[in-house]
Amino acid sequence: MDNDIFQGYKGEALELLKKYKVRVWGAVSAETTRGSFEGTVLPRSENDDDKHIVIKIITGYNIGIDTRTILSMKETGYKKANYKIPEKDFPYTKGLPKVKLFGTGGTIASRLDYRTGAVIPAFSPGELYGAVPELADICNLETEKIFAVFSENMGPKQYLALAKAIGKEIKKGVDGIVIGHGTDTLHHTGAALTFMCQNLPIPIILVGSQRSSDRPSSDAALNLMHAMKAAGQSDMAEVQVCMFGPTSDEYGLLHKGTRVRKMHSSYRSTFRTIGDTPLARINREEIIPIKKNYNKRRNDKNVNILPYFSDKVTMLYYYPGMAPDTIDALVDSGYKGIIFVGTGLGHVNKELYPAIERAHEKGIHMFMTLQTIWGYVHMFVYDTGRDMMAKGIIPAGNMLPEVAWVKLSWVLGQTDDPEEVKKLMLTPVNDEITLREPYNGYLVYQGGVPEVDEFIKDVHK
Amino acid sequence: MSFNSKSNYEISKKKVGYVPRIDATQETYDALGFMSGLEVHQQLLTSEKLFCHCPAGIFHEHDDYNAELIRHMRPTLSELGEYDGTALMEFKTRKEIVYRINNENACTYEIDDTPPFPINVDALEKALEISLLSKLNIVGEVHITRKQYLDGSIPAGFQRTAILGVEGELELPSKKIRLIQLSIEEDSCREISDVGHVRVYKTDRLGMPLIETVTYPDFKNPDEVKDGCDYIRFLNRSTGNVRTGMGAGRQDVNVSCRGGSRVEIKGVAHTKWIPELTHNEVFRQWALLQIRDMLSANLNNIKGWKVSSVGVKDILSILPELEEKETIIAINLPGFKGALSYFTQPGQMFADEISTRLKVIACIEKPNMAHSEEFESILSEKHWKLVQTRLKASKEDSQIIIWANEDDISTAIETVEERCKLALTGVPNETRKSFEDGTTIFERVLPGADRMYPDTDSAPIPLDDNYLNNLNKNLPTDVIDNYKILKEWGVNEEVYTYIFSKNLFPIITKIVDKIGVNPKYVCAFFGHEVKFAVGHYQGPEQFNFERIFKLFKYLKSKGITFELAEKMLPELIMHPQMDFESILTSMNFKKYSKKEILSKLPLLNEKFSEGKEIISNIKRKNWVMGKLRNIAIGNIELTDLSKEV
Repeated sequence: MDNDIFQGYKGEALELLKKYKVRVWGAVSAETTRGSFEGTVLPRSENDDDKHIVIKIITGYNIGIDTRTILSMKETGYKKANYKIPEKDFPYTKGLPKVKLFGTGGTIASRLDYRTGAVIPAFSPGELYGAVPELADICNLETEKIFAVFSENMGPKQYLALAKAIGKEIKKGVDGIVIGHGTDTLHHTGAALTFMCQNLPIPIILVGSQRSSDRPSSDAALNLMHAMKAAGQSDMAEVQVCMFGPTSDEYGLLHKGTRVRKMHSSYRSTFRTIGDTPLARINREEIIPIKKNYNKRRNDKNVNILPYFSDKVTMLYYYPGMAPDTIDALVDSGYKGIIFVGTGLGHVNKELYPAIERAHEKGIHMFMTLQTIWGYVHMFVYDTGRDMMAKGIIPAGNMLPEVAWVKLSWVLGQTDDPEEVKKLMLTPVNDEITLREPYNGYLVYQGGVPEVDEFIKDVHK
Repeated sequence: MSFNSKSNYEISKKKVGYVPRIDATQETYDALGFMSGLEVHQQLLTSEKLFCHCPAGIFHEHDDYNAELIRHMRPTLSELGEYDGTALMEFKTRKEIVYRINNENACTYEIDDTPPFPINVDALEKALEISLLSKLNIVGEVHITRKQYLDGSIPAGFQRTAILGVEGELELPSKKIRLIQLSIEEDSCREISDVGHVRVYKTDRLGMPLIETVTYPDFKNPDEVKDGCDYIRFLNRSTGNVRTGMGAGRQDVNVSCRGGSRVEIKGVAHTKWIPELTHNEVFRQWALLQIRDMLSANLNNIKGWKVSSVGVKDILSILPELEEKETIIAINLPGFKGALSYFTQPGQMFADEISTRLKVIACIEKPNMAHSEEFESILSEKHWKLVQTRLKASKEDSQIIIWANEDDISTAIETVEERCKLALTGVPNETRKSFEDGTTIFERVLPGADRMYPDTDSAPIPLDDNYLNNLNKNLPTDVIDNYKILKEWGVNEEVYTYIFSKNLFPIITKIVDKIGVNPKYVCAFFGHEVKFAVGHYQGPEQFNFERIFKLFKYLKSKGITFELAEKMLPELIMHPQMDFESILTSMNFKKYSKKEILSKLPLLNEKFSEGKEIISNIKRKNWVMGKLRNIAIGNIELTDLSKEV
């Protein structure tokens, strides 16, 4: 009961609240050595100190009162906040596609609780309609909360559950599926679902927001509209990530789940297709294909769900002077697969060779990917490369390191046979390795170069 | 008898009782129930912005930018789970907000693509000093709060702001003014243009540290508001912690009349505009209340009142600047005859309340609106008749015609209806934009307190007693105490404003205390001579008033009388690097002893008397003084010389 009345308060602050019989949500009038303060006592964040009591003053601002200055306090009223997102029935429109939204805990649409600062996700169709009424012009929506985890806690268990849920939904009959997801590991999930859900008849769209939807400039609403449109109306039956193209509110990009990567910690335009172009551009009016070849939407329900995942795969980000015991330790801990993230064309130092040989002898499956992110692993150029191949490390082409980790986990969930593993790894499911890198597949502009600066000025970033 | 809108305007102006400010007395304002409070914004003098490391105070021309980006502001749910109706309406029209970014003074933080860095401690400290000086109760912990703005003036859609103190008090010469709070916040973008559906901002000022001092509505007449505002600005400047110059200080002025509503006049750049603005606003509200009463008396069904509208493009294709894709609609306002041309402000009538809303909310620019009570209509009588017939309007109605893009029409009709319905209840809460002539126009609906919520990106900042006690030790003396000292010295009141606005009191006391110059003389010297010289001579940089102290010190050490100081001012301002010696040389100043000067007297007297039979002593004195003046200044006090002559 105490916890409820004094939400988040501890130590000195808690003692004072108890002493003066002041509750959280109570209207309080406090006399202090710095003068008097009036407002409503708010819950305190658990990680904050025990020397302050937070109140919301009448002008709407929050302030903290130093407990050491408090002379007396009095509760003069009480009004507990009762917060709820308004629901409006999501209207059914004949002729619009049927889209299913899976919730995973990412806050694609949410509202911040003004008083506590906690984020309250909007999720039911009614809540979403209340927040983004434009959705009703795009599709007929159904939602299902599959689990609620933060993006960084999404993992193998969730991939499997999602893949199975997608399979079930397709069997039931739906025009497209949208998965609301935190952005940090959106591309890991994109890869996992590409491998686990093959021969898709409909689009599967992963979407998130880089700025929470409680702020007027959030990218959430537009991302959601784009995602619903792509799911319901696009003829690209692939696992895709749908996020902002530029940081401006202009258009979104649809990226293949296997080639996309989060490239900036906070930009809205953080997701980029690496080593290739995105599948398509999307705005509220139209979907403009960029790639000519893609898997087309079909009318059947013949999806192939392959829900496999081994948790015995790890990644090793190489650094100069890395000691062999790092590999030994992984092997001794029972890992069956290692994705190396090597320098340059795919290199590690010679000191690691004995450990690599030992790992190979123990049957560990090892693949090489790149710290450079862009480009192909190429292990024939230098002796080191050839040595390493001889010692059992297989180059993974231009597969992104995170994707290689997801794929090897998926592969080792199915087989342990070295030849089979190699074959599955190097046979692309959907462009995780591409045969060619187009000239506009690698673009990292350098500011300060006159023509780049000119471009940046002319085109909305 | 046909309706004459001009005479209706004049009659209504009389009914409102509008008088020019010069004829208004305290009784005038008491009768209207004049009430006003201030929100005084002041930029702090820091090298960096408040939540990022961009330089503060580097500004750019409109076209000098490196990148542009676009945002649309989406209303978020209020605390009560409702959308603000007008905000949603504004959103429907899809204003495209364009931000211009210059790499020199804006980074990814300003455009909300990078989370905030920890608050600028220098800014916080400077703001706290002002809070202490404002006798506020200082908070124990600073909580950064997000305050929503949907107009796009901040790319995030909210401003980061925090309260430093509440419940303060300022002692003005005439009365005490209570303060509600003082906050530190980030400054907003500067608007470049706002035409149709596109609003363009630049981001140079965005994020600069700013404080806002908010008073209770304790002011009872327009001049008092100005005096209070000046006082707060002087107090801020007395710390030396704030920026000066164009745009560094701005105020929002809240005004209401009895039975009216709080209306906020936004961004008033000069305090001298405040009296006229508040004067006109209190009358505008009074007029709106009369319009309400008139309509209440005339209308049968107030609750069910609504407009009707029809397309009239076929009969009005003669309209100027009509574009092909535009449609024309006519709106009938039942029972509104006489309301549209009702006086609201000098040069404005109630119809202007509608047209300015149409521009903001429905993006319809004047002159794309005409109404039936304009003094001079672009439509002929015949055309109005056709429109009225089609609307099936009665004689008691008035009409509005709007031509605009099809997409904007429904919002336009809603906007007209909403404003007219608000007229039935009185004075709408709104923020208004001010003009130099003292009139205002609608800017946006006044947001409520529900637009505040905690900034989840920032941790609270504790302010313990030790820290505050240390700050307290270094505070300047109160402006009101300085004011009292000036009074004691017998300084003429006309120079007070200059002394406080330039924060000259500390230099003046230094000159008085350390050099022993007569205080009344020093104040007058600053208030007249220095003010004149600074206003007339241009130096390479802002004049450093500290140089005046050094000048007086130099003159004293050389035994030169202070009268020479005035003559030296132009050089001092134009050549701040030049030493005093050189200035004197350039002025051809020569040192003479009193004896040397007085020795010239007999000869001069003789010269004056030559060939004259009657000698007027006064004429002689003036003539001789004139001859000696140039060599005397600096060497002998002119009053002393005069006695000798």
